[in-house]
Amino acid sequence: MSPERFAGKPAGGLISPAENTWCPGCGNFSIQHMMKSAVAELSEEEGIPLENFVLLGGIGCHGKLVDYLNVNSFYGIHGRSIPAATGIRLANPDLKVICHVGDGDIYAEGLDHLIFAAKRNSDITVIVHDNRVYGLTTGQYTPTSPFGFRGRSTPGGITEHPINPLELMLAAGATHIARGYTKKIRHLKDLFKEAIMHRGFSFIDVLQICATYFNLTDYYNAHAYELQEGEVDIGRFESALGKIREWDYDREAPIALGTFYSVEKPVYEEKFRALTAGKPDRRALVRKAIQEWR
Amino acid sequence: MSEYSILIGGKAGEGINTAGLSIAGLFSRLGYYTYMYFDYPSLIRGGHNFALIRASEKKVRAHRTPVDVLLAFDQKTIDNHRDRVRDGTTVIYDASQAVKAEGYGLPLDEIREEEKAPPITGNSAMLGALARVAGIDRGVYEDVLRATVPAKHLEANLRVARRGYDAAGEVFTVEPLAAPALPVLTGNEAAGLGLVYGGLESYVAYPMTPSSNLLHFLAARAEDLAIKVLHPENEISVILMALGLAYAGEKAAVGTSGGGFCLMTEGLSLAGMSELPVTIVMGQRPGPSTGMPTYTAQSDLHFVLNAGQGEFPRLVVAPGDLEETYAWSATALMLSWKYQVPAIILTDKTLAEGAFSFDIGAVAPPPDQEPALWDGAGEYRRYARAEGGVSPLAFPGREGAVVKVSSYAHDEAGFTTEAADDVRHLQEKMLAKGASLAAELATYPVVKVYGPHDAGATIICWGSQKGVCIEAAERFGAQVVQPLILAPFPVRQWKEAMIGAGRVVCVENNATGELARLLRQHGFDPGRPVLKYDGRPFAVDELEARLGEVIA
Repeated sequence: MSPERFAGKPAGGLISPAENTWCPGCGNFSIQHMMKSAVAELSEEEGIPLENFVLLGGIGCHGKLVDYLNVNSFYGIHGRSIPAATGIRLANPDLKVICHVGDGDIYAEGLDHLIFAAKRNSDITVIVHDNRVYGLTTGQYTPTSPFGFRGRSTPGGITEHPINPLELMLAAGATHIARGYTKKIRHLKDLFKEAIMHRGFSFIDVLQICATYFNLTDYYNAHAYELQEGEVDIGRFESALGKIREWDYDREAPIALGTFYSVEKPVYEEKFRALTAGKPDRRALVRKAIQEWR
Repeated sequence: MSEYSILIGGKAGEGINTAGLSIAGLFSRLGYYTYMYFDYPSLIRGGHNFALIRASEKKVRAHRTPVDVLLAFDQKTIDNHRDRVRDGTTVIYDASQAVKAEGYGLPLDEIREEEKAPPITGNSAMLGALARVAGIDRGVYEDVLRATVPAKHLEANLRVARRGYDAAGEVFTVEPLAAPALPVLTGNEAAGLGLVYGGLESYVAYPMTPSSNLLHFLAARAEDLAIKVLHPENEISVILMALGLAYAGEKAAVGTSGGGFCLMTEGLSLAGMSELPVTIVMGQRPGPSTGMPTYTAQSDLHFVLNAGQGEFPRLVVAPGDLEETYAWSATALMLSWKYQVPAIILTDKTLAEGAFSFDIGAVAPPPDQEPALWDGAGEYRRYARAEGGVSPLAFPGREGAVVKVSSYAHDEAGFTTEAADDVRHLQEKMLAKGASLAAELATYPVVKVYGPHDAGATIICWGSQKGVCIEAAERFGAQVVQPLILAPFPVRQWKEAMIGAGRVVCVENNATGELARLLRQHGFDPGRPVLKYDGRPFAVDELEARLGEVIA
């Protein structure tokens, strides 16, 4: 990909030749196209070169997204995108590092990494494709499936309640927390752009419908609403917490979409920058260390 | 030949390790080669810790059982080490703690109280007394203290050391040698310096004995060596972070032991499939599971050779001393980048936490190795087919390149594929890299041979057992053969080294003969096993006795 080739119309050139294998009607299409538009628009509006975007995927339907866009990518393993993303950001602060993860991927297998990335305020963006079911392994429950969900591994219905990932992220120290919905695509795109531009750890839980195993379209359409200006004070923990607790992914309640919390804090990767700045002659430093040993 | 063995023992928390290093420093200053074995249980305070220091005119890399001087902070040290006391062993003990002892009793409580010195200065009293017993000049131990004790505690330590010196008497005389004072390093420190020499930019680790000290060392020296040192939430994160760094163009290494390496195996497979370089320092200790955290073993060889699902090439190097650890840590890191494969530096507690005189003059500088970088022509394909299986590298942020790496079976551009032809090519490309790596290693001396070739007896060993085997072999006039590289196995060099080997024994610090099994897999006869698996390394005299049973 050369930037010239896409001058004037970068979004069109961002679709890769890889064959798309998602089910018809899958929520992933919205996420893919809005990610493509967000990257293209940020490149134009903010002057970020396209080669400075890096997408990461875990394992599950969501992971295929990184194949479908002609953008630098790291197609990783189940639940492990986040530490790899942190490594990438540590190596090159110019890169915009975006993790696409699944709800099973990151809330089950990768939960420790998610919490710690929030805790250390790693300057990466995490976008959760939260369809609340395991799709690629054919329909088992996930950490955000509602109480009583009948999956192939739990035919009698689960007896656990879901976690509220937004509440978890707020508690863990995330500095930017939002929720989107795959049927509200322009809103979704704006959330993506805002999160990518946030300095520090940004997190978006995307309510993504699974057309095959758990189609909640009617439910979300009936309950979801966009947060309006002033409805939540995004700089205040308590205000964010109150709004985040309005719906707990389980009981019947209005489902707010938008940004719940956004604050600035020191970025993890920045404190390491000075150590490797410039082009130090490390061999000379090693020889000096041996020469002056104790 | 002048040679001395000293033991210092006491409770954990009394600074026995530091005291042992000071004793090694004392002999080092007089031009002696030194070695220190440190034995400690996994607890913070109490228990029994001891350091065994051996100093010699010639290179020493192992301890012997008897000691010339026993320094005891408590009765346990006297009681536990009775078998080391011979005629002529001098015992110096803390008279405020040990009651049943003969030798020089130092009233440490009284000394510290009178000198208004903190408890830890007891070590300095022992050092002073040892210097007196060994006929070493006052100025020498004072130099050692000046180099090791922080300035604000120096005066108190010097006063207490003088009290120790005055309380003992001269028993023998350690003559200064006309040799340079070599620095005394641990294997971990040599590995760290070697990695940086090889181009390390970031070190990532989660604490685990016996590799924690490598993390501590590099963290303390991060500014001096211009590296980032990171300690994330667990070993899974450690190796993934390193792979992220590598993807973005930064040379990274990680360190762990068996339990942590278990967690890293999925990341290791990812490194294999995505062709991202990573260097892993794997310090072995006894298992299975937690085993004995602070003791030693060579029982993870087949684990590191076979870890990870699927088939992919890897470099496994097992250095046997500091010079090899330094040179091969650098080389392993450089080769992992040149061939885009994971490299594992296999050490163990004996080597990693043991302290040795380090002779940088004896290290041939490791040859430079550069990774193949993309020349910018045409469309970039991360996994482009290339001679020898190695595709040129580009990193994200490079204009004109889309860099796609993948854990999934992929085509040349990095896109997922499950097409039969594509995955066959992918597998063959990975294996081709392994073959290229093996061909390059064939030009290095990776099977080391020591002693007379026509001896009629050969001792095979690997890793930390090198030193003790070379020394014990002298008694039998035997040859020692040591493979430095365990994967890809240097078949031709091994075959050549073993021509006319005569009677063969294979010495290992494990229960099943892991190197022997590897040799059999390659069609070689490993001879008779001499194994030790109690978590402790062989003492030279102990190995001599064991070898006597099978080759004398």
